[in-house]
Amino acid sequence: MSTGEQKHLWTALAFVSPWLVGFAVFTIYPIAASLYYSFCDYDVLSRPLWVGLLNYRDMVTDDVYWKSLSNTLVFSAISLPLGLCFALALALLLNRPVASRGLFRAIFYLPSLVPAVAAGAVWLWILNTRNGLINEALTWLGIHRPPQWLDDPNWTKPGLALVAIWGCGNTVVILLAALQGVPRALLEAATIDGASAWRRLWHVVLPAISPVIYFNFIVGVIGALQTFATVFVMFTNGGPDRSAEFYAVYLYENAFEFRQMGYACAMAWVLFLLTLALTWLASRTTRGFVHYSVD
Amino acid sequence: MRPLPKIFTYLALTAGAAIFLLPLLWMLSTALKPVEQTTVQPPIWLPRRYYLEEGNVRREVKLGATVTTPSVWAAVAGSREPIVLPRADVRDGVWITADGRRTPVQIRTEIPATPDAPWREVSDVATGRRSIVSVDSIAARISPRWENFASAIKAMQHFWRYLGNTVLLCILNVTGMVLSSAMVAYGFSRIEWRGRESAFVVLLATMMIPFPVTMVPLYAMFRALGWIGTLRPLWVTAFFASAFNVFLLRQFFRTIPLELSEAARIDGCGEFRIFWQIILPLCRPALAVVALFTFLGTWNDFLGPLIYLTDQRDFTLALALKSMQQKSALTDWHYLMAASTLVILPIIALFVAAQRQFVEGIAMTGGKT
Repeated sequence: MSTGEQKHLWTALAFVSPWLVGFAVFTIYPIAASLYYSFCDYDVLSRPLWVGLLNYRDMVTDDVYWKSLSNTLVFSAISLPLGLCFALALALLLNRPVASRGLFRAIFYLPSLVPAVAAGAVWLWILNTRNGLINEALTWLGIHRPPQWLDDPNWTKPGLALVAIWGCGNTVVILLAALQGVPRALLEAATIDGASAWRRLWHVVLPAISPVIYFNFIVGVIGALQTFATVFVMFTNGGPDRSAEFYAVYLYENAFEFRQMGYACAMAWVLFLLTLALTWLASRTTRGFVHYSVD
Repeated sequence: MRPLPKIFTYLALTAGAAIFLLPLLWMLSTALKPVEQTTVQPPIWLPRRYYLEEGNVRREVKLGATVTTPSVWAAVAGSREPIVLPRADVRDGVWITADGRRTPVQIRTEIPATPDAPWREVSDVATGRRSIVSVDSIAARISPRWENFASAIKAMQHFWRYLGNTVLLCILNVTGMVLSSAMVAYGFSRIEWRGRESAFVVLLATMMIPFPVTMVPLYAMFRALGWIGTLRPLWVTAFFASAFNVFLLRQFFRTIPLELSEAARIDGCGEFRIFWQIILPLCRPALAVVALFTFLGTWNDFLGPLIYLTDQRDFTLALALKSMQQKSALTDWHYLMAASTLVILPIIALFVAAQRQFVEGIAMTGGKT
């Protein structure tokens, strides 16, 4: 290495030093410590006590754990596809030559800015069984026994999915930007070849924006698995029949309410591995129809 | 591309816009109502005041139960207030219940109510005196209760402290994040060094780590430092850059021709001066995006304050909103909605002021990689 190169290296390291320090102190060390704690009995007040695989074995027999995992997966399976389809539909509408596109886009985007706590409070009020706006509307439409969104174990997750879908404006903006980036020449060529609007959508537009859809799906999966604030605000003690006990909420409860930090770390590591596995799986299964342009 | 008539597009977009806006409008509507109007069926959107006019005197009243069948308003022994009894059950000053019990009553008012001409119980706002009147004699005026906001602020207890804490955290986080991320991004894009690309891959990989994984050790670490119950854990980490923002800024920095830096170096300009005086001013739009999203993330953060803050007076607005919700035990909906409005309002104002940066930022973050 020449002295010039060496000097470059030092300058560069000086510039990236905030990240290097942060990476060591706030990422690498906590990850390692978390892995270690996951094999320990740890309450933060006293030293961690090595217990081997006990936490992981407890997890297998912990009914609430499984419930929280399945709740989170069911919620993701409802909210993600619906939210993505809804967002795509709105983005496609906005991509047509409409006046006041900016206004509509702003309106769609606004709810995704609302703090989760405030969103939780507002939806608690809207989904309210007795005076909730939604059930008043459903009754008005002639549905005599509208769902008890907050009290019926079968309806808590659809209710939470509504809250999540309400915040999909973020995705609308991203998809709209992607749609506007679809080369005009491609669409014109398809039109000249006599492709109908439907076929253009299916064979030109969607393949062209598929990397963006895929990226948002992955980000959505990771986000959905970590759903915390809205659920925590809207339900206490996991909601009716623990139907709203979510993974991240149960993890938080273990760590900071039951002071079972070791167990919480074990849960966090399983979440980590699950996130990686799902991301990998999604990238495998979508490989066939996600198109990356060559440029 | 014209597969559907245009009017359909607008109808669908308007329906979509309504779905997105209604919850927020309902929040605002509830925030401006007196409590008894929050639960009326069917729901009303505009808060009202109700008045009874008797001669020249106009009295404000609160509305109570509706009566739609012929009844009497009668004083019953043992009950302090008169009550509404079905007309058919009262004969000759005696109330006969279904199970045959007979109670003497004193009729105050005959109520010739029908489903088409209902009567309502009302209570005087000033004196609290209750009476029953024909619905036709009640006058209504739309009147938002702006004072609910003052009451909600009072109900939250240390509102101005929460606001101060939140603003302080936002300032510290935005400053720290913009400076540190810009520096790191500069190191990853404008200087050639061995191992740069592999280090950058590591940086990208850290974005995959869910927060719960590092949550407990971070808590233990801040606890050992004696930082639990202070604001420090909520801003110190911002000064150490975030992978996501570094990634974002690096994309932007790379679009600036390297020749610009070369020319400056030849002129004897040091690397830090190039960064500070040439590159940063050129990257204002990207820096604004990072600042905006850091502000938003700090303002909206809930889990962080929940874990690290212990004293009510150190709370942020988001955390205080949750604790208010717990205390109000879901009865004072109007105050809870007023408080929620106060928490959301600055975000909406910011969005209106910086809409372009928001939209560009989102497109940058979620689009091409």
